[in-house]
Amino acid sequence: MSFLSSLAKQGDGLVAGFVDAVPALMPTQALVEAERCLYCYDAPCTHACPTRIDVPAFIRRIADGNLRGAAHGILDANPLGGMCARVCPTEELCEKVCVRNTQHGLPVAIGRLQRYAVDTLMQDTRPQIFQRTAPVGRRVAVVGAGPAGLSCAHTLARLGYDVEMFDMRPKPGGLNEYGIAAYKAAGDFAQKEVAWLLDIGGIAVHSGWRLQSASQLHALRDEYDAVFLAIGLADTRKLNIPGESLEGVYDAVDFIAAIRQAGELSSIPIGRRVVVIGGGMTAVDAAVHARLLGAEQVFLVYRRGQAQMSASKAELQRAQTHGVLVRFWLAPEEILGVHNRVQAVRFVHQTQRDGQLQPAAETEVILADMVLKAIGQTLGNSWLHDSGLALAQGRIVTDDQGRTALPGVWAGGDCIGGLELTVEAVAHGQRAAQSIHAHLNAAVATSAHLQGIFHG
Amino acid sequence: MADLHIDFAGIHSPNPFWLASGPPTDKAYNVRRAFEAGWGGAVWKTLGEAGPPVVNVNGPRYGALLTPDRKLLGFNNIELITDRDLEVNLREIAQVKRDWPDRAMVVSLMVPCEEQAWKAILPRVEDTGCDGIELNFGCPHGMSERGMGAAVGQVPEYVEMVTAWCKRYSRLPVIVKLTPNITDVRYPARAARAGGADAVSLINTINSIIGVDPATLTMTPAIGGKGSHGGYCGPAVKPIALNMVAEIARDPATAGMPISGIGGIGTWRDALDYIALGAGSVQVCTAAMVYGFKIVQDMIDGLANYMDAMGIDSIAELTGKALPSVTDWKFLDLNHVSKAVIDQSLCIQCGRCHIACEDTSHQAITASVDGQRRFVVKEEDCVGCNLCVNVCPVPNCITLRDLAVGEVDARTGQTVRGEPLNWTEHPNNAACACLSAAV
Repeated sequence: MSFLSSLAKQGDGLVAGFVDAVPALMPTQALVEAERCLYCYDAPCTHACPTRIDVPAFIRRIADGNLRGAAHGILDANPLGGMCARVCPTEELCEKVCVRNTQHGLPVAIGRLQRYAVDTLMQDTRPQIFQRTAPVGRRVAVVGAGPAGLSCAHTLARLGYDVEMFDMRPKPGGLNEYGIAAYKAAGDFAQKEVAWLLDIGGIAVHSGWRLQSASQLHALRDEYDAVFLAIGLADTRKLNIPGESLEGVYDAVDFIAAIRQAGELSSIPIGRRVVVIGGGMTAVDAAVHARLLGAEQVFLVYRRGQAQMSASKAELQRAQTHGVLVRFWLAPEEILGVHNRVQAVRFVHQTQRDGQLQPAAETEVILADMVLKAIGQTLGNSWLHDSGLALAQGRIVTDDQGRTALPGVWAGGDCIGGLELTVEAVAHGQRAAQSIHAHLNAAVATSAHLQGIFHG
Repeated sequence: MADLHIDFAGIHSPNPFWLASGPPTDKAYNVRRAFEAGWGGAVWKTLGEAGPPVVNVNGPRYGALLTPDRKLLGFNNIELITDRDLEVNLREIAQVKRDWPDRAMVVSLMVPCEEQAWKAILPRVEDTGCDGIELNFGCPHGMSERGMGAAVGQVPEYVEMVTAWCKRYSRLPVIVKLTPNITDVRYPARAARAGGADAVSLINTINSIIGVDPATLTMTPAIGGKGSHGGYCGPAVKPIALNMVAEIARDPATAGMPISGIGGIGTWRDALDYIALGAGSVQVCTAAMVYGFKIVQDMIDGLANYMDAMGIDSIAELTGKALPSVTDWKFLDLNHVSKAVIDQSLCIQCGRCHIACEDTSHQAITASVDGQRRFVVKEEDCVGCNLCVNVCPVPNCITLRDLAVGEVDARTGQTVRGEPLNWTEHPNNAACACLSAAV
């Protein structure tokens, strides 16, 4: 049992907010909700899902009592369907296009139903539903054990490949383990899901191994039949303003990772007045966490307006309902401190002219004893420039199958860009796995054909 | 406000809603509560002959067909007739009738198919002061194995014989309750009339097995690992019962005989269906067993509001109003042409109409138009079958449009003609007089 759920059982007020942002459906709720699905033809929700989960089919299976079949349908299309059910911005994807919106103004709760089906399977005495085909005698290296890497590894393992996963962190899971808000992955779900994924067999995980040179990459290419890079984004963007190195100024991603890994939540230092800078999901998560940990005043400050925010409306609402004060059109100009500790942030009001941000004359100072920066992440890993991989706009370039410029190397997840959603990373991993499978099979077919010529 | 009072075969009640013979009318306690709630009448749960009463199972007597969210579609029971002593029942009937003189008190009866048995019980029932008797010729389980209930109702000669005995030994109006477990309900109905019945009531329950328990692979409901077929009722049986009611109402041999409609009535709309197809009263059991007696107030209110809105003054006026619209297939107008129309402003884009038509009907609804998801009827393929209307989740989104006289049917290229043409007159009908005339 994780520290979160164990503490929750003790009724610790601090922890209560960290458990399940959206509660799991009870069986009767799931049945009633499943009944609302119309089993649409060529369903829009399925098209909206990057992993093309057959939503009407799994919901119908929930309604007719075939929960195992429901989970099978979900996980066959998306092996990380359990985490996606928790973290997907469903209101922007499947649930956005649900026809019940038009009819009732309320979509079928697809995400919650998906979680219900997958959780039920995971709690089953026989949670494994896939069987690995006979080993094909091919080895694939997967670098990065986040959603893209796990999805690729699992898909290949099912197809009989031997997969070696390499990850720089102590635990596999990537952002599922280190980056997602605690209340979206309560009950140590990230590790439970990893355990389920690895249970297929044929996947070895090497933790604490970091890919940091072109020669390492080339060694992997030599040793393995294929390499999948799912290395994510290694660096965070800097504000590049005075005071950024003051004590009390942190990267929001590190703050969240610390919370996720904390043995005891009360051990996490938290300011009385916290300013979070940024307008994305990470900014919202950091702000909400700060409130949950007891910060008296939390400002979420974004240099543009609500319409430009990458955090969804639902995320913004979560922040607001947790008492986060949201300010728009303010860009940080300087972080002010005394005795090398942060004391306030001075912001400049912004206006937009022809799509360009323009600073106004007016400034504003917000007191802060803790500043969390959440203005985006970058690829990092400068060695990539000399690796032979093509890079563009700070991401690794791939084709529509996930193939990079280097033969035998595929890539996916945040390191190649896109929507930067868990579910998209999963889709990248599957796409690459299928491409690797097709590539290696074609190679087998060719060599068999040649053997036929030589020996025939 | 419309007057819901009825005179049904001489039995008066303040409204047409009676509780059907069954568990809700087993004893005075229930019937009193029903009358307090507003029920116009009750058919007391079937009495058997004097002596040791029947014995019911002490395990599941009921089963149900439910939707996944547990809305009840159909209901099944294996309860027998009353398992209480005859004397107790007669005493209670008399007392309740005395206390509620304006309500219809009908007593359901089932004794062996012997003249003496009926002769013995009838005067005792009449002594209670009840308003009529209903002969249970329909119970399909248990009692039928002993030569009673449906075993009588399935043999028109027995129906006529027993009805005649009841008319001979009692002055009370006799209602014959019919079983649907028969191929043509008109035969027992005619037999009832021939025996002198004042009215018929229908339907009794339909032989049924609810299902199988997937864990134990035993039928359900089961008692100690075994089950027996039950009698099916509830919303699912209504269309079957309505047809039987209409069949009897429009059969020249039984036309005009009062009919008490039974089967799946839970709302005023259900009652309206029965009454418009020929029923003079309606009986309810399942809906009361699901929701309790209070529902009668909603049914009374709904029916009265409807009648006011329609300017219909009495139940008698409403009875049989829809009957002229019921006919044999052979008299349907084959020159009539309808086409489905999808109201795009109401369409929610679920595509159910498309896939239903595409897979199982006439491929007459598009899935996309100019590459956009859009569901439009292709009139050149549409036969007006109504499938899309039925599967559409949005009320009034898909409707059938009747082609006007002079319009061309895009499917056949034929112009719609004003004069009707039915099968008896159709040139494709080998038995058609028009052909023999031409030859």
